[in-house]
Amino acid sequence: MHLEELAEKAAEFKAEDAHVEHEVRVCMAASCQSSGAAQVMDALDKAKGDGQPACKVKGVGCMGLCSAGPLVAVADKEADLAGSVLYRDVAPEDAADILGSVGGSPVERLRCPTDQPFFARQRKIVLENSGIIDPNSFKGYVAAGGYASLVQALSEMTPADVLREITASGLRGRGGGGYPTGLKWSTVAKMPGEQKYVICNADEGDPGAFMDRAVLESDPHRVLEGMAIAAYAVGASKAYIYVRAEYPLAVERLQNAIRKAKRAGFLGNKIADTQFSFEVEIRLGAGAFVCGEETALMASIEGLRGQPRPRPPYPAESGLWGCPTLINNVESFANIAPIVREGGDWFASIGTEKSKGTKVFALAGKIANTGLIEVPMGTTLRDIIEVIGGGIPDGKTFKAVQTGGPSGGCIPEAHLDMPVDYDSLKTLGTMMGSGGMIVMDETSSMVDVARYFMEFCMTESCGKCVPCRTGTYQMHGILDKLTKSQASRDDLALLEDLCEVVQATSLCGLGQTAPNPVLSTLRYFRQEYEEKLQGETGA
Amino acid sequence: MPLPVTPPNIRVVTLKIDDQDLSAREDETIIEVCRENAIPIPSLCYLDGLSVWGGCRLCMVEIAGQGRLAAACSTRVTEGMEVRTSTERLQRYRRTIVEMLFAERNHVCSVCVSNGHCELQTMGQSCGVDHVRVPYRQTPYPVDSSHEMFRLDHNRCILCTRCVRVCDEIEGAHTWDVMGRGSDCRVITDLALPWGESETCTSCGKCVQVCPTGALVKQGTSAGEMVKDQHFLPILARRRHAR
Repeated sequence: MHLEELAEKAAEFKAEDAHVEHEVRVCMAASCQSSGAAQVMDALDKAKGDGQPACKVKGVGCMGLCSAGPLVAVADKEADLAGSVLYRDVAPEDAADILGSVGGSPVERLRCPTDQPFFARQRKIVLENSGIIDPNSFKGYVAAGGYASLVQALSEMTPADVLREITASGLRGRGGGGYPTGLKWSTVAKMPGEQKYVICNADEGDPGAFMDRAVLESDPHRVLEGMAIAAYAVGASKAYIYVRAEYPLAVERLQNAIRKAKRAGFLGNKIADTQFSFEVEIRLGAGAFVCGEETALMASIEGLRGQPRPRPPYPAESGLWGCPTLINNVESFANIAPIVREGGDWFASIGTEKSKGTKVFALAGKIANTGLIEVPMGTTLRDIIEVIGGGIPDGKTFKAVQTGGPSGGCIPEAHLDMPVDYDSLKTLGTMMGSGGMIVMDETSSMVDVARYFMEFCMTESCGKCVPCRTGTYQMHGILDKLTKSQASRDDLALLEDLCEVVQATSLCGLGQTAPNPVLSTLRYFRQEYEEKLQGETGA
Repeated sequence: MPLPVTPPNIRVVTLKIDDQDLSAREDETIIEVCRENAIPIPSLCYLDGLSVWGGCRLCMVEIAGQGRLAAACSTRVTEGMEVRTSTERLQRYRRTIVEMLFAERNHVCSVCVSNGHCELQTMGQSCGVDHVRVPYRQTPYPVDSSHEMFRLDHNRCILCTRCVRVCDEIEGAHTWDVMGRGSDCRVITDLALPWGESETCTSCGKCVQVCPTGALVKQGTSAGEMVKDQHFLPILARRRHAR
């Protein structure tokens, strides 16, 4: 198949909807569904009936502003979110009003302006289709230009060409570590061996993070396309998507996408009439956070107990069943199709010197606009929180933002003007992580925050290595005493000692980074710990 | 995991461990070279003849030019490597780790059948643990005496998984495994059946011999009487892999 043939197919799929002029797009991602989007969709379908043939009610993926859900956008067929009329907090009773407004004047009482900074300041690459196409529709993805990058890679590029573009793009792993994706791919490509594997890590487990879920629920084909391009580049023919079972909707949409892509010849044998074959299988995680660690994840896929093993050897050398394995996270794969389409240099022109492209963040906690955003690397934290996020609600003041989940740390007001990228966050004692941002206001106690994350690490420690297994337990004990104002100054000193030991000696990333929430809150909010000490004033 | 097969044309490298010039095959790990040359490196999970586990983290060493510490049991030697095995910092970490192990379960040496022959006890002494700074968990654990020859006391287990590995890799029975997470982990026989009811256990007793503490012992032993003999393991392991 050539790009022209694919373009013909896309035109054909578009023509099927030629009679449609307007679309009523209902967000059917998990967060809007949890506030009743499915009922809204039903009501809209019923109210429309067979009338209004030029109007189509369509379930779409995440539009970002989850706190205002259920969201419904009325748009001309080709329009994006900015060019549509967006309604917030829609109830099933509003269906008739919304349908009545199509092509006429908007329903002002439900209106949610799309020119507000939350939408206007974003730049969408990973989420370019999210909220616009129907995630369950293969035709919709192809009509939006989907699978063109795969066909382009297979028909016009050698694997080395693909590697060159990915390396030139400067893309770094979006799972948290920020390892250069091009380097990882090249390493796997250079490894000898007939059998190689590609793994998509969709075991998103950080509290407050839901970027990968949104991508899988809104645009699953994009992830498959990225994986197929990766497999072509490194010489793999088999892939696994390791997705947590707590994401049933994402799993369902992935399964659907895999089935349809297979039927259309974009997965399976001889993809797009080339010699390239590629199979994808879904593996469900059973609720262990540590299985997001790559060696534990691979053990889990192999059917073993999900616990990490020492590295090296790295997965690129000896991964799944001892074969060279490429493992990237959902967002990394979602960036691949645009990079192949637009070129690595285009991607490298976005972002900062060492962190290219955009990053999806999940805003949660004490912030006006809870939801999902995508901004260029290098956007300042202040822009993200105060402008895009709309600041702190209820007239409270900002205290800290937690990034990087249980491996990250808290950033205080003084550092809000720091441009966000992998390296700047590291200098602040936290990390990019997968993109969760939890905003805290003046009412949050930082000792409580540290205790919460330590409890998380303690219950999620697999138990294999002693420092993590026993250290998280002991550190949690001291933090618990601190929150109850029962800890002494000696306890605090011991806590700092334990942080050092656990960080330096643990086997995997979970243990090595478990002390980070404590260390970073001690660094910026030591006063709060001091105030909690037993028998000392201020408690 | 089987022991790595020695590829042909293996090279010999030279390295420095604690300022001592040494040579080693490049497929050897730091701990193997140290044991060969009588350089003491503490470990509770590593055992010559079993696969590498990397769980106790007592064998952490410093390597010049590397920011992170490395586990001697799972790090191969390289040409020109400079290793320090016993710096002040490492000693402090080891001591803390052993203290936390003592506090995790209920280790009471004076009434233990392995008193005087226990690797955890010896480790405590060699790491200079004269008291335990962290609070004891004091969670009671069960004792399984259902096997006619052996006994399992979870109160004395340090989850090194030597029993799991020897049973799987040497005896080939895979009776032992680990269940649970974090500090709730427990070694189990079959699918958490009483040991005496295990259908896979061959009663070979290898697990008892390799257990570093008094967690796995022979029935009928009293305080201090359980002496273990591990010299069979490297011999047996080499015979297995020679085949």
